[in-house]
Amino acid sequence: MIEHLPVLTIAVPLIAAPLCVFLLNRTLVYLFALAVCWATFGMSILLLDQVLESGPISYELGSWPAPYGIEYVVDYFSAFVMLFVSGIGAVVLTYAPQSLNDEINPSKHYMVYPMYLLCMTGLLGICITGDLFNVFVFLEISSLSSYALISLGRSRRAPLAAFQYLVMGTIGATFLLIGIGLLYQLTGTLNMADMAMQLADDHDSRTTLVAFAFMTVGLSIKMAVFPLHTWLPNAYTFAPSVVTGFIAATATKVSVYAFIRIVFGIFTPQFAFDEHALDTFLVVFSLIGIFVASVAAIYQGNLKRMLAYSSIAQVGYMLLGVSMHNLDGLTGGIVHMFNHAIIKGGLFLVVGCFALRLQSVRLEDLSGAAKTMPLTALAWVLGGLGLIGVPLTAGFISKWLLLTAALENGYYLVAALMLASSLLAVVYVWRVVEILYFSEPSEAAKSAREAPWSMLLPTYALILAILVFGVWTTYSAGLASEAASSLLGGTP
Amino acid sequence: MDSFPIIRVVTKLLIPYILLFAFYVQFHGDFGPGGGFQAGVILAAGLILYGLVFGLPALQQVAPPRVIEQLIALGVVIYAGTGIATMLLGGNFLDYEALKHHVLPGWLPEGQHLGIFLVELGVGITVTSVMTVIFYCFAGRESADGH
Repeated sequence: MIEHLPVLTIAVPLIAAPLCVFLLNRTLVYLFALAVCWATFGMSILLLDQVLESGPISYELGSWPAPYGIEYVVDYFSAFVMLFVSGIGAVVLTYAPQSLNDEINPSKHYMVYPMYLLCMTGLLGICITGDLFNVFVFLEISSLSSYALISLGRSRRAPLAAFQYLVMGTIGATFLLIGIGLLYQLTGTLNMADMAMQLADDHDSRTTLVAFAFMTVGLSIKMAVFPLHTWLPNAYTFAPSVVTGFIAATATKVSVYAFIRIVFGIFTPQFAFDEHALDTFLVVFSLIGIFVASVAAIYQGNLKRMLAYSSIAQVGYMLLGVSMHNLDGLTGGIVHMFNHAIIKGGLFLVVGCFALRLQSVRLEDLSGAAKTMPLTALAWVLGGLGLIGVPLTAGFISKWLLLTAALENGYYLVAALMLASSLLAVVYVWRVVEILYFSEPSEAAKSAREAPWSMLLPTYALILAILVFGVWTTYSAGLASEAASSLLGGTP
Repeated sequence: MDSFPIIRVVTKLLIPYILLFAFYVQFHGDFGPGGGFQAGVILAAGLILYGLVFGLPALQQVAPPRVIEQLIALGVVIYAGTGIATMLLGGNFLDYEALKHHVLPGWLPEGQHLGIFLVELGVGITVTSVMTVIFYCFAGRESADGH
């Protein structure tokens, strides 16, 4: 069965999702989904192991040879992203039951788990597939299921937020599809590697440029790049805590993954950066995004919304890394996908703990909560340090790499602005720390209890991962650098 | 609708043919234009027409929301299950060649033919049910999950 591992990683959660509907018992459904998630994580580890041992793996669906059939390709980059997507998926689902009980009507639970599994299937599928149309299909699977998950939020504004996301997300997906259609018309193939070869001698045509523009804008919506980010704050704020934790940690990163694949794998950096100055646009929009979103985060009165704005800023860092298109920069961008996934995942799980015990995530209700919920508050502090990028946390690693890359390219202004933007992160993280530790306890905080162990343990798993990957970078920055060097087409 | 006998009678006359045509598109899809998606939509159109003319309760007696919901899942299970089955029989995922058999050769489909038949059956079931559920959600407060 080991040779079928690439497709099993997708097929197992895919077939498990509908099977959940037939299991009538709520506990049974949960245990089944949990087992599937951890199994998927296990398979991703095995896949990565195989890639490290024997290089990229290719799998032909239905035994139709590529480029005619759909091909699954696992290389360093995809194995790395799949590893943390499935890992976060498993940890968040372990954390889920009590939070879901509190926030979602029990009669809807049997729908949450299939949607969650489908969302994970879609995200993993985007990573593994070597077929461009397949990317679109998986993008739709993950997006549609995340719209449904977001709409389950407790607040009556959740369906509206999901609808906003649906409208924007559909426009994004449509743009991507238009781009794919144009490229297909131009090259007659959908296989990414084959398409790259065919395009190599056809870079001058206007069709290529239009396709490139459509795909960039479409994915920018899904990545929540600055002027196209408007769907994100509401979606993250009103979704159930568990859903926010999973989607915030994975969905935008996977879109960044797709973007990097398309720019570096299909169009080549020469076309995107040297001929068409995508890097200038990316740098400008990323920096504006970082500053606008960080400042917006400072002024939020709702913890979830604050973290949502911070997510927009963090996507800016990833794209800054991409736009440097040197080894350090791309490594920094890729490793920041991983680091930000564990940091933001961890922080949103902390927020979920507060939501469970205080029934609110507004800052005024959180005041003084460190007295009654010391462990949860400590987790916020540690995760916050990671978000700022303090040394010995994972956030430092990625910011250091980005800084090195910026200096290497001679972007001194960019480097200075990046440092300045970290100070903004200090402000919004510290603001919450101050409220948690040094304010008079609110009514809700006085009567609160520490979050249950079933939720604290997964939260701390992610929080401690931030510290671990701040000092031990073999499997984060090491893999990212392998991935970046293979994307740039050279040996390191 | 009680006061529109023409609509009622014409609907009753039409529905069998709509359903029959859906099955034709489904099962003849291997040889001509058609397939699971189109057939599913046509079948659901028959159901929805019945619901529009004779009322939602009548339709939900024919197609209970709870059952329809499980049929959505069943279709996907059939599709993905075919893929798993081909893997267990020694091929790649969805490699229909692995479905070769020697039971009633010439009568029962086998290989590629059997594979596409099963997969399209799954698609047809899911599409029919999804279309019907969408109609339920719009048509009444009685939504798919019984609230």
